[in-house]
Amino acid sequence: MKEVTAFIKKEFMHIFRDRRTTLIVLVMPVVQIILFGFAISTEVHDAKVDIVGDPGDPSVQQVVRSIRHNRYLELGEFLNSPSEVNGRIRKGQTMAAICFEDRFDVKLAKEGTASITIISDGADPNSAQIVTSYIKGVIASEQFTVSSSMTGGSQAMRPNVQLMYNPAMNSSYNFVPGVMGLILMLICSMMTSVSIVREKEMGTLELVLVSPVKPFWIILSKLTPYLVLSVVNFISILLLAVYVMDVPVNGSLALLSLVALIFVGSSLGLGLLVSVISSTQQTAMLLCGMGLTMPTMMLSGLIFPCESMPVALQLFSDIIPAKWFIIMVKKIMIQGAGLTSIIKELGILSGMMVFLLWFSIKKFKTRLS
Amino acid sequence: METREKTVEIRNLVKKFGNFTAVNNISFDVYKGEIFGFLGANGAGKTTAIRILCGLSLPTSGEGTVAGFSINNQQEDIKKHIGYMSQRFSLYSDLKVWENIELFGGIYGLDDKQIALKTDSMLKALDLEDSRNMYVRDMPLGWKQKLAFSIAMVHDPQVVFLDEPTGGVDPVTRRNFWEMIYEAASRGVTVFVTTHYMDEAEYCDRVSVMVDGVVEALGAPAELKKLYSAANMDEVFTKIAGRAERE
Repeated sequence: MKEVTAFIKKEFMHIFRDRRTTLIVLVMPVVQIILFGFAISTEVHDAKVDIVGDPGDPSVQQVVRSIRHNRYLELGEFLNSPSEVNGRIRKGQTMAAICFEDRFDVKLAKEGTASITIISDGADPNSAQIVTSYIKGVIASEQFTVSSSMTGGSQAMRPNVQLMYNPAMNSSYNFVPGVMGLILMLICSMMTSVSIVREKEMGTLELVLVSPVKPFWIILSKLTPYLVLSVVNFISILLLAVYVMDVPVNGSLALLSLVALIFVGSSLGLGLLVSVISSTQQTAMLLCGMGLTMPTMMLSGLIFPCESMPVALQLFSDIIPAKWFIIMVKKIMIQGAGLTSIIKELGILSGMMVFLLWFSIKKFKTRLS
Repeated sequence: METREKTVEIRNLVKKFGNFTAVNNISFDVYKGEIFGFLGANGAGKTTAIRILCGLSLPTSGEGTVAGFSINNQQEDIKKHIGYMSQRFSLYSDLKVWENIELFGGIYGLDDKQIALKTDSMLKALDLEDSRNMYVRDMPLGWKQKLAFSIAMVHDPQVVFLDEPTGGVDPVTRRNFWEMIYEAASRGVTVFVTTHYMDEAEYCDRVSVMVDGVVEALGAPAELKKLYSAANMDEVFTKIAGRAERE
């Protein structure tokens, strides 16, 4: 046992003696979670909306009033014709415009229907969509038929949207689980593989191998420090999420920790696998960056929803452990789901962990002899 | 000679990688307290043979013992009774001198008290008592090599394998290093050393020269010089290794 503890102690020294490694391991997670949580926000605040129409019209006045009271929207200017909207959007003076038909109220009274067009800035589709839906909400509450220029067709329905679990559309609800997955994976796979490959490069791995310490224990003592650091990071991310980002932990903390532990296990397996394949630190970094981090960011549902991907990519995203982890974390933290509702995802991730660890330890051992 | 205790005994050792025969049927004995020079050009199969002797790799066929344990099925026992120092620098440079000693002492199963005693005696012998808190990366290469050699012997092994231990070291330090080797051998440690410096080959009790996976010559330096009518080991080596057919 002394052999293993001496080895683990040494591994911690490597981490804390190298300022860059310490920084990556302990500071990067905090910075990332704060960056993602605050800077990268999909919410839109105080979007300026212009009005095209007769300011004296009662319906127009009604809409203007509710825009004034809306916390996300802000009233822009009254314009005389829709042709002026283009210029204003281009100069960034407004984000959208509501265009009332000529003689709107008269027509509405006479024919029972009149049209409103919403023009918004499609160059920035994300914000445009959000602003448009805010406006639709406002108009719908005033009970008008809306014709949105973004969707093209006219709709005669009044959507009544109610967001469960996240009524405020708080984007950290999405990013916290995602970034947690990203960071745990990065620490476990990148740091582990780089630390093993560094010893390969330096020739010190050979020295350890000729020692009586069994390969299994060598692997274990290489992985342990990163497991410990992952626990530290998991706790700090969780604290930040709850006390700074106001993301709740509605479900069981024990279940959440179990899920994280299984995910960490699979990431350690991935890291070990990378270290078997690569012979230089650069290769290991590149493999982790391009082969693990990129797909995780793009395909795990962290940024783009998996449901809107082409089928081929959806299938590919199924083999990314982070995807299942993120799904489960969302369910547990936000929905407060219990074991029964995540049993499928938990099964898949556990299977991945067992396979990755088994396969990489086997490969690591055969590579040694 | 025959009454002396054998610490390494190798019979008909063969190691193949696919179609390539790295080590082709070699046999030799090394005695307790002997300094055995293991020479050969790059690619002659030295490293492969040493890896088998250290219990890192299994032979394709043939058998042997190192420190009394079989290379075929007692590799773990071999590892406990040998020391190893590699051609590449083999200490952790981001650890301090005493931390390296502690680490390897721990890996080889010494307890804290033994480690403390070893650390003191080792630093004293190396005249490094003032440098125990120095980072290994800040030490001159010669010091590092000497420290690495001492650490390879932290658990008092019966056999110590030195794979090109003096690469890149200046002549004076090399001379010092060899004094340490003599000192170890005089205590009964078998020293198994590979080198590319032929003046070092002269220091060995016996040398073997490997060519193309085969031991072409084996004997005391004086015998070999006589046999090949050469003035020094450099000539002996050139004559023998010159027969190599593979790169």
